[in-house]
Amino acid sequence: MKHENNINISVTLWTLASKEVRRFMRIWVQTLVPPAVTMSLYFVIFGSLIGPNIKPEVTDGFAYVQYMIPGLIMMSVITNSYANVVSSFYSVKFQKSIEELLISPMPNWTILLGFIIGGVCRGVLVGIIVFCVSLFFYPDFEIANPLLTVIVLFLTSILFSLMGFINAVYADSFDDISVIPTFVLTPLIYLGGVFYSINMLPDFWRSVSQVNPMLYVVNTFREGMLGTSDVSITFSLSMIILFIISFSVLSLYLLKRGTGIRE
Amino acid sequence: MTFALEIKDLKKVYAGGTEALKGISLNVKEGDFYALLGPNGAGKSSTIGIIGTLVTKTSGSVKIFDADIDNNVAIAKSMLGVVSQEINFSQFEKVLHIVTTQAGFYGIKKSIAEPKVEEMLKRLGLWDKRNDQARTLSGGYKRRLMIAKALIHDPKLLILDEPTAGVDIELRREMWSFLKEINENGTTIILTTHYLEEAEQLCRNIGIIDHGEIVADTSMKDLLSRLDVQGFVMDLDKPLDKEPTVEGFELKLEDSSTLVAAVNKDKSINSLFDELNKLGIKVKSMRNESNRLEELFIEMIKKK
Repeated sequence: MKHENNINISVTLWTLASKEVRRFMRIWVQTLVPPAVTMSLYFVIFGSLIGPNIKPEVTDGFAYVQYMIPGLIMMSVITNSYANVVSSFYSVKFQKSIEELLISPMPNWTILLGFIIGGVCRGVLVGIIVFCVSLFFYPDFEIANPLLTVIVLFLTSILFSLMGFINAVYADSFDDISVIPTFVLTPLIYLGGVFYSINMLPDFWRSVSQVNPMLYVVNTFREGMLGTSDVSITFSLSMIILFIISFSVLSLYLLKRGTGIRE
Repeated sequence: MTFALEIKDLKKVYAGGTEALKGISLNVKEGDFYALLGPNGAGKSSTIGIIGTLVTKTSGSVKIFDADIDNNVAIAKSMLGVVSQEINFSQFEKVLHIVTTQAGFYGIKKSIAEPKVEEMLKRLGLWDKRNDQARTLSGGYKRRLMIAKALIHDPKLLILDEPTAGVDIELRREMWSFLKEINENGTTIILTTHYLEEAEQLCRNIGIIDHGEIVADTSMKDLLSRLDVQGFVMDLDKPLDKEPTVEGFELKLEDSSTLVAAVNKDKSINSLFDELNKLGIKVKSMRNESNRLEELFIEMIKKK
């Protein structure tokens, strides 16, 4: 792939993406191990100890531990994709190594894509790790629709990597990169049907839950893995794609304008 | 004539209303070694920031070897290398990775970059440290790494923003010789520095910027010729009790064996020696009193 100015774009993109992957692999104890440990605890406490006491009727006929698996994978994918890009991009701003990128002839879209690929690689890798952990607690798990599962896994990871990127662009301090994950993302994920079906909720709370975007992400993934969902898959996929396009356009606009990165 | 850098009516007003550049124009010829001097806050870093697209200009134009940074930004950037004032690499990466990655950002394949990186690191005395994390390097080595990074894509124009700030004399001399060598090999160099001796030693042409305006843009030779009086420090053969009097020269004893002379541009230093000889005063050695450029620089800034 050559740019019109004869700069080898594929090399620039590969360089940035591999740098991003190398970054999270270098600190694997901080990036890859914690989700495996945390999710193991969820599986032990909610899946193995509390789960057998939950009636299968409220989890669409599935064992509770089995019902939780797609939710917990999605939770890990969302938080890790987001965290990777927000912390990496903010760090390059903070350390001023963003200048290496801005001074180079790399077009803005390759800068964005390089960071997104880093976020997606970590998100998907963590998703696979959590799935492997889940097999210790439910070895007979069979994926109902592998294609849909993979599509949703990647789309979700792309979406939340983009959100992490936008957060990092606006961030002026380390506080700014933890506020949204702590006070917005985590509550929405927990209330987005990771641990339960919204059919268990009273009508009012069920209606409230339907404005939570995480519900659509989690349930679309659950449809892929288990073949059951509380929401329309077509609608959910359309919304995920629409948001990916919107956030991509916004990110490129911010890069072109130099928001948060150029004086 | 080909210009490595053409700046026209460049203005920069920051968000807070500070007018950093008030419409400067500047041309740097291909192959030149150009010094851009100015006191703190004069607008040097804003100018360099705009050239490297790290700072957004308010108006005006910048061309690097005829490539406009607005319309041909990728071409312009591919010909430019910048050594920033502040460290701007990931402190947790290894030296080798940092330079190889920088080559990759310019589209240079790893297989092509690797031998270039090895050569560059060896040339800058960094090869033995290639597997060290950047944060463990000393200040001098970090500066070398910045230069290696800026040169890895063979830029035609290299801009160094105070590259020798905080480095010891030995390393500074090494850097000077390195920069002279790459300039002789065809790279145009623009240097900002607070060490005016450095500019005098290295640069052929000079621009002085103050309060966002260019107050001088000329050759080093021309600028230095503007000095009316030059000071010389003479080490005497024998100590003196009081300073001698020589008509037309202002003489002052710094200590009993050191005589300081102020020599007007229209006077010859030979006539001073003749007069001192007549008085039986012998000079063992002599040097310039202070950095000549520094005097001019201060004079020009004061005029503003």
